[in-house]
Amino acid sequence: MTRDRIISRFIDVALLATLAIGMWMVFFYAPIESEMGIVQKIFYVHVPLAWNAFLGFGVVFVSSFRYLATRDPRWDARALAAAEVGVLFTTLVLITGPIWAKPVWGIWWTWDARLTLTLVLWLIYAGYLLLRRYVESPERRAVLAAVVGISGFVDVPLVYFAIRWWRTQHPQPVIGGGSDSGLDPRMAATLWVCAAAFLLLFVALFRRRVAIEQMRRDVDVLRDSAEGSAA
Amino acid sequence: MSTLRTAGVVLWKDLRIEWRTRDALSASLVFGILTLVIFNFALDVNTPEMRRLAAGFFWVAFSFAGTLALNRSFALEKEAGAGRALALAPVDPAGVYLGKFFANWLFLLSTQLILLPIFMLFFDVPLAGERVLALLASFLLGSCAFAATGTLFSAVAVNTRMRDLLLPLLFLPTVVPALIAAVSTTAWALGGADSPSFWFKLLIVFDVVFVTTGILVFEYAIEE
Repeated sequence: MTRDRIISRFIDVALLATLAIGMWMVFFYAPIESEMGIVQKIFYVHVPLAWNAFLGFGVVFVSSFRYLATRDPRWDARALAAAEVGVLFTTLVLITGPIWAKPVWGIWWTWDARLTLTLVLWLIYAGYLLLRRYVESPERRAVLAAVVGISGFVDVPLVYFAIRWWRTQHPQPVIGGGSDSGLDPRMAATLWVCAAAFLLLFVALFRRRVAIEQMRRDVDVLRDSAEGSAA
Repeated sequence: MSTLRTAGVVLWKDLRIEWRTRDALSASLVFGILTLVIFNFALDVNTPEMRRLAAGFFWVAFSFAGTLALNRSFALEKEAGAGRALALAPVDPAGVYLGKFFANWLFLLSTQLILLPIFMLFFDVPLAGERVLALLASFLLGSCAFAATGTLFSAVAVNTRMRDLLLPLLFLPTVVPALIAAVSTTAWALGGADSPSFWFKLLIVFDVVFVTTGILVFEYAIEE
């Protein structure tokens, strides 16, 4: 086995173990929240997904930057992989959020600052992935995607401040339900284990996606040379 | 050629083309008016509550109309193969970006200024005398934000298979903070109550950030 394979195997084992421990903690260790009840459990999936999605978008930015500087296709593959996993996680955040919000807030969706920010980020990076589909040449695609990957991330703090201020000027449609109002230590421990599990999930998916992209490029090179010798 | 001189030449070229064809302005104006008319059909706009939302209607109409104008920005270069010439020219790409950006800014601002009286007529919005300057500043800074991001993304989108269709998908989510700020400042200028000072600052920051980003990464968007 190559070193890469060993690392992948190690990450997979760690991921499964952390995920199993995390799920056990969610259902048997962490206390049931007194006001929200059992539905609060979704918090241990929702919040780690959101954190790791943001991490993914940060990786897109750094990889895009590195690609333009080095022109190494591996950086482009990393940007792509991070964007895909980031959009996947953001989609799950946007699905798990309303499932929790309906029983607790009484509504599926509200234009609250964090919800809106997540939605706008999803739109920005969905656009990034769409762009990648519509450019034939791999080099062109990598460069154009990097341009969008960089300007998209530059936009994030601006979106954040705009939406926060925009929201504070309006009456808040819902009260309470914040996670920052002091967390039970057992809840906090569960959250951290789940965050680690989803970080490992992110890394595992990311590494596989990068490897697939690498394989695809190798196949393209082989096909090109085969066609070249046939002609 | 210095960067600014390059910008001037590109700007002058775009202005002359626009003056002769009037492609971007006429299309975006008609589309803007159309959007305002559709609002009138879809909603009963002549009620006091709706008038409070007038700034929002204006910026939605302008967002779509402006996207149309921005789409034209690199279409000519693509069709005539002039984009390759621009990329190959021994000039600073930042100058090309700035020239294109200023041209788009002027087109967008003209669209807004021509749309404004029509909008006031349709929506029965009075223009408060002392806040005209704030309205102009809102238009100036808002269209600058649209032009700065739109010029960059238009150069990206024109090189894809989707061409025109991709620009709004990339450009509108990115411009969200500027749009919120522009609507809020315009709302204040049209007689709103909420203080616009934060929003003016945000618009200025957005403009500076995206003009700088454009200057730095534009060369990658046009390289072949």
